[in-house]
Amino acid sequence: MRVTLTINGTETSHDVEARTLLVHYIRDAAGLKGTNIGCDTTSCGACTVLLDGRSVKSCTVLAAQADGAEVTTIEGMAAADGTMHPVQRAFQEHHGLQCGYCTPGMVMAITSLLAERGDAELTEADIRLGLEGNLCRCTGYHNIVEAAMAAARAPELRS
Amino acid sequence: MIPSAFDYVRAESLAHALELLNAHGDSAKLLAGGHSLLPLMKLRLATPDVLVDIGRLSELSYVRDGGDHLAIGALSSHDDLARSRLVAAELPVLAHVAGQIGDPQVRHRGTIGGSMAHGDAASDLPALVLALGGTLVMSGPGETRVVEAAKFHLGFLETALAPDEILTEIRLPKMGANGWGFEKLTKRAQDWAIVGAVAVRLNGSGSVGVSLINVGSVPVRASAVEAAVAGGASPAEAAAQADAGLEVVGDVNASESFRRHLSRVLVRRALEQALA
Repeated sequence: MRVTLTINGTETSHDVEARTLLVHYIRDAAGLKGTNIGCDTTSCGACTVLLDGRSVKSCTVLAAQADGAEVTTIEGMAAADGTMHPVQRAFQEHHGLQCGYCTPGMVMAITSLLAERGDAELTEADIRLGLEGNLCRCTGYHNIVEAAMAAARAPELRS
Repeated sequence: MIPSAFDYVRAESLAHALELLNAHGDSAKLLAGGHSLLPLMKLRLATPDVLVDIGRLSELSYVRDGGDHLAIGALSSHDDLARSRLVAAELPVLAHVAGQIGDPQVRHRGTIGGSMAHGDAASDLPALVLALGGTLVMSGPGETRVVEAAKFHLGFLETALAPDEILTEIRLPKMGANGWGFEKLTKRAQDWAIVGAVAVRLNGSGSVGVSLINVGSVPVRASAVEAAVAGGASPAEAAAQADAGLEVVGDVNASESFRRHLSRVLVRRALEQALA
């Protein structure tokens, strides 16, 4: 079946099997390899992308379900001139990663969390709870949470 | 993991979805958020020939004030319910429970109707709907049926829904400021409850509704606890009856005796909050 998505602002259209998962569409049909597959069971969050602006685990969404939608992946975060998104910059500044495998999913989950907070101030507890769907096997989360706290204070991301 | 092959059809309206179900019968499954069905399909535990996607039917995504109750469209996501001002004001226990399901990504996709229709005893919302004495509205080829929550869950992943019916609305009594308690024990924050307990002070009679998550093949009311509270027992005395008369199963996560123990402890905590 034909599935058409706008990924990172660019329309993409491919003939895929109905059973194609969104993550496979993104990686194999659209060729964007920044979204990782971790557990493949809706647990680890490595495959998190934004679907119409909200975080989802793309291993548990059919590409067909997303037909016509806007998808944002890690490749769509930095500006065209390479300037990093405030969440990416916070990860760099606070060393929010070790091996980096979970990082794209973490960045997307935090981006969604910050977009949904409205005018609420997020505490460290809010951020830890907000990241309950993303697993990291290296860092013990400390620097990831530090990065998320820093991103929450970024003036560009204040509503 | 890849599901086995199927045909995908997107329903354009409720009437269209009913037509599709009627045409395909048992070989079709409804797809809403997909967060119960797709994992089963990836494990090949479910192999439907046709998926009827109702996920875009915005006509089934709403929370309406029904006077003495809230009418909740089956396609309302857990995140919608957790953030709804109407739910927060009239049924805060629902906002709280919905906001604790899975994780944010799961709550963005999972729906209350999907959770009810999937009928997993380990899910939180079916037990809450049961404790509240909610009703479920089901559309089919004939008349619309309204079924009490107590008659909806029939067995392991089995509900009163016929293959050609669609759950469209869940009606839950408004509780205003009535006391409530919700307790669940999970190994990790995003997990299903090993055991969970809901206690809600019901309107009018001063009685409480108490139900248990993941003790058996269906969500169950702790009737002995409800009767004990009605008879004047303290939360601790009543909670001692939490697993009385219930068939409790053991599995890889917890033995039967541990689940019985958890039932009593979590019901006591939930009752103490509901009756405080």
